[in-house]
Amino acid sequence: MTAAHPGPGRDTVEAIWRIESARLVAALARFTGDVGLAEDLAQDALVAALEQWPVSGVPPKPGGWLMTTAKNRAIDLFRRDGTHRRAVAALGRTTSEVTEPEIDPVGDDELRLLFAACHPELKREYRVALTLRCLAGLSTREIAGAFLVPDPVVGQRISRAKKTLRDKGIQLELPGEDELRTRLASVLEVIYLIFNEGYRATSGADWMRPELANDALRLARRTAALMPDVAEAQGLQALLELTQARAPARHDRQGAPVLLPDQDRSRWDRLLIRRGLDALNRAYRLGAAGPYVLQAAIAGCHATAATAVETDWARIAGLYDVLERVQPNPVVTLNRAMAHGHADGPLAGLAVLATLSDGALEDYAHRHAVEGELLAMAGRHEEARAAYTRAATHTGNEAERHLFTQRAARTPP
Amino acid sequence: MRYLVVLEASQPDTPPPDELMAGIMRLGAEATQSGAMIDNAGLAPSADGAKVTLDGGEVTITDGPFAESKEMISYAIYDTRTKEEAVEWARRFLALHAEHWPGWTGEARVLRVFGPEDMPGA
Repeated sequence: MTAAHPGPGRDTVEAIWRIESARLVAALARFTGDVGLAEDLAQDALVAALEQWPVSGVPPKPGGWLMTTAKNRAIDLFRRDGTHRRAVAALGRTTSEVTEPEIDPVGDDELRLLFAACHPELKREYRVALTLRCLAGLSTREIAGAFLVPDPVVGQRISRAKKTLRDKGIQLELPGEDELRTRLASVLEVIYLIFNEGYRATSGADWMRPELANDALRLARRTAALMPDVAEAQGLQALLELTQARAPARHDRQGAPVLLPDQDRSRWDRLLIRRGLDALNRAYRLGAAGPYVLQAAIAGCHATAATAVETDWARIAGLYDVLERVQPNPVVTLNRAMAHGHADGPLAGLAVLATLSDGALEDYAHRHAVEGELLAMAGRHEEARAAYTRAATHTGNEAERHLFTQRAARTPP
Repeated sequence: MRYLVVLEASQPDTPPPDELMAGIMRLGAEATQSGAMIDNAGLAPSADGAKVTLDGGEVTITDGPFAESKEMISYAIYDTRTKEEAVEWARRFLALHAEHWPGWTGEARVLRVFGPEDMPGA
């Protein structure tokens, strides 16, 4: 440390925390058998670091310092609470021997932690909060800021999540073969939800919250690294890399949103596209294309088209056909309609749109926007204008509303 | 946020110790798996490169090696939430050298790469 840095500031301590917290919580959960307690102990260690490091400087092995501190607290706690004698014995033995965290080279502890934090027994918003806290190392304040909810709400979600884990006896364990599919789906869904919240902010004036999307992207990378043999984990990483690659082009210079066909592709992030295509290839090599791999493949088609006109819509339409069979849902049908509209003409697209059941996505702005675009392509301008206007009234996002209103205004009479 | 870390150093005449290389591999794997390091590569000695200079309205091209006391050794690109995180990865990288390769002096420059968050209206 130089004179400019007599002791670390809060930001430095928090940075180290973010690097170490997942391993710390995971290792503590293995020792205590209780994810919630592990998280509490880790937080205590963070508080201690925030108190001591600014004075004493950052210790040479900060991860080891945090681990030792947390373990000592655990021992104190268990000594006061005589019901945990076995844990005391276990902790006492390991603490005397271990001065730094036992590096878990394959990341099994972290994988178990991820499965616990995304346990289907937890409510979805609890899973999201706990994952951001335990795996991404975000503070309550940061999570609250990302989701535009008050701090106490997030604090409550985390403490209730921990209580649920405790009450249901959910420990750090890898799910068995029979359960693995459900649990994997939950893990990937949580990361996908976090990404979407950041990428397409559902409320407020922001079109996106880039920090949150990046948090999710890092989680997806970590998950793909923890599950190198799972095609869908690679697929999710590919999807998020490829989607995030477009982020720089989603605004114009004035900050107004720009939809995919109109984006300046020179502003797409080449590094993220390369990383996305690499992850997609890993997924292909693993076989069995699930929903994330298929969506990534579609994103890959967009990413590799030099101009919007050169987009391989026939391939995209084919991928959406498969995706609809694998994961039937109205939003997939909507995108499929758009793809077939481009591949086979607007009437084909409108025909797919007509397969949506009555009233499906009636409140979803993009349903009306897609209809507007297909109608405009078909030359049915008056109906197109009405559809864009409906899109504008149904979005909660101000930037989107402006965009759809503009579309309506620009549609010729 | 994205950071470019460029490593400049004057290398001792001895080859890098095995423990250092093992430590670098471990740290690199850790940073990559955590999702923080998204690209990195070593750089060949400047003898393999060239310098293109504009001075007094004239562009000149000079082949390497260059006379600088330190050579650029490698670069890495990090995607982190804060500058401090990128700095911490760089600090750990240099701390490995301090531990395993006496006589090595160098510096890692941590430079923020502009992203969409820096665009007007973002």
